[in-house]
Amino acid sequence: MKKIYSVLVENRSGVLFKVAGLFSRRAFNINSLVVGETDDPAVSCMTIVSKGDAHVLEQIEKQLNKKLDVIKVKTFDEQECITRELMLIKVRYNRNNRKDIMEISSIMKAEIVDMSKNQMLIQLCDTPERVQLFINMLQTISIAEVARTGTVALPRCNEIETQ
Amino acid sequence: MNGAQAMVKCLENEGVEVVFGYPGVAICPFYDSILESDIRTVLVRSEQNAAHAASGMARVTGKVGVCAVTSGPGATNLITGVATAFADSIPLVCITGQVNSELIGSDVFQEADITGAVESFVKYSYLVKNADDLPRVFKEAFYIANTGRKGPVLIDVPIDVQQATIKKFKYPESVSLRTYKPTVKGHAVQMKKVMAELEKAKRPVICAGGGVLLSDAQEYMREFSHKYRVPVVSTMMGIGAMRSDDPLYFGMVGNNGAAYANRAMNEADMVIMVGARVADRAVNQPEIITKNKVLVHMDVDPAEIGKNAGPTIPLVGDAKHIFVDMLEQEIECRHEEWIETLTGYREMMQLKRHPNPEYVDPAEFVRRLSEKMDEKAIYVADVGQNQIWSCKNYQMRDGFFLTSGGMGTMGYSIPAALGAKLGCPDRQSVAVCGDGSFQMSMMELATMCQHHVPVKIVVMKNGYLGMVREYQQNSCGGRYSVVDLSGSPDLSKIAEAYGIPFIRIHTMDEADAAIDRLLANDESVLMECVIDPMDVVK
Repeated sequence: MKKIYSVLVENRSGVLFKVAGLFSRRAFNINSLVVGETDDPAVSCMTIVSKGDAHVLEQIEKQLNKKLDVIKVKTFDEQECITRELMLIKVRYNRNNRKDIMEISSIMKAEIVDMSKNQMLIQLCDTPERVQLFINMLQTISIAEVARTGTVALPRCNEIETQ
Repeated sequence: MNGAQAMVKCLENEGVEVVFGYPGVAICPFYDSILESDIRTVLVRSEQNAAHAASGMARVTGKVGVCAVTSGPGATNLITGVATAFADSIPLVCITGQVNSELIGSDVFQEADITGAVESFVKYSYLVKNADDLPRVFKEAFYIANTGRKGPVLIDVPIDVQQATIKKFKYPESVSLRTYKPTVKGHAVQMKKVMAELEKAKRPVICAGGGVLLSDAQEYMREFSHKYRVPVVSTMMGIGAMRSDDPLYFGMVGNNGAAYANRAMNEADMVIMVGARVADRAVNQPEIITKNKVLVHMDVDPAEIGKNAGPTIPLVGDAKHIFVDMLEQEIECRHEEWIETLTGYREMMQLKRHPNPEYVDPAEFVRRLSEKMDEKAIYVADVGQNQIWSCKNYQMRDGFFLTSGGMGTMGYSIPAALGAKLGCPDRQSVAVCGDGSFQMSMMELATMCQHHVPVKIVVMKNGYLGMVREYQQNSCGGRYSVVDLSGSPDLSKIAEAYGIPFIRIHTMDEADAAIDRLLANDESVLMECVIDPMDVVK
């Protein structure tokens, strides 16, 4: 099972170490971990994706809540959230495969953001699954380098009652 | 005022009476300032023991224990003591000196990343970068250490921060931590559910853990047990939650516990775990306490509930508050038949030992020693076979039984007994250890002498690391590897070197007179009991 933890933490030095240390000490998995400031500069948001059985996933939430630098933990299933990941991927191209790469990029709505005579740098922002699919598609061609941000997520919008 | 003076002032504001420690350059400004204060300083002989001594003191006073050591090796030496306190949820504030803040990260002399190193053994830690933060940091540290699930907090203070001038010292009256609000009161609905189940239960049992003592809930738990006629067993850390002579007390559970206590847990239809981690030594098969029975798990730390065994009814809160609230509910329940069954088990399933008459029988010795000790005496058991003999035979009345249960740190008893004695000078303080654990902290005899802290030390000498030897006997076909303690010193000469009276006994015939002599005066005594090297705990 996969869960997404949206963890609001105090924006202090050492907090990432404490949270990451918790995962390693208790042998919890981290599939991805993204940290960034929120609208409040004193608060950072960590988005952590983890896999495990129900017991482990519950423990992760409880142990995160126990950390004194953690302000709030929200736990989601993938379906409850909009998830996105940004990837930059550099491929080597030649006359024969250039069109293929551009076609795949166009189908996947990826954008070519830089190029040279034999390399292209492509940007894709999509769900983690589609990002993976894009890599798979390009694997047959020639990938030079890949950089992925990891998953960020927020719960889907719901109707807020207005008075 | 400088940072170091502010640190001392903070300790005074917290009512700290004793600081255990070991100075070095990086903590010198602090130790210089403490000379101006009435706070007593105790120089231990190894930093680890500063934490153990502070732990002993904290456990008998209910207040936060404090130790202060220098940077680098001073701080790293402290870690085992901190980890020991963390495993048993003992409130400590550990102050470490640190190199000049501008040099942090450059691997200078005696620099260690101590906040990083202790991360998984502390409840919280601070690296203070600005002297003006000191009052807030200390206030928070004491609050965090001694509330909720208690535990050690480490404050790392670079030397330049200790030397920096503070604009204005104001000790905060309260703390405001948006991320830390421990639940103290139990949830009313959950408590009702517990009482409803208790009313239905035929064979309920309470399993008391160390949390009962940490929240000072003994009195209320005993009242609860008597009012609703619920038998009680305890974990190792829960020893002392009930008096040993209480007819409703059925001993310690676990793989080193009493057979009748384990049987009570197995046959119960309702188990109420209170302030216990449900760790492997107490409950080695968690399904036994969940299968076919109602499991209630009370703990102040929500993360403990369901960690090792899924409860039917989780109940987050402080044990004392919960028992006080539950005592108000009137329910009809009597479990006389069940109590009778358990009483029968207790009589029938007493461990039959076959002591070698040529040696001191450690089990019988502990029984007689604890009976002869004052009602309110402090007994500190070390780790190893001696710990199990102590746990099973110690007669609890109104004293304290201290031991390193979670971490099982050898050498705990002497420094902890020393700290406990300083916390309660009117009580006898007795450390019982083996010849292995004695040699891990015998340097503290000097601390006892220097600071005139009378501690009674009993060494059960069998010439082996007995617990490991017994394990190797049972699990490695008697192939003994690195457990022989030959080369140990003549303890009479050790005692003489420190100017401490010494007693040695070889058989039980000598025991009564020797114990009387051991306990006679309020002075330190070293006593050696010669134990059969092949004696076992099981």
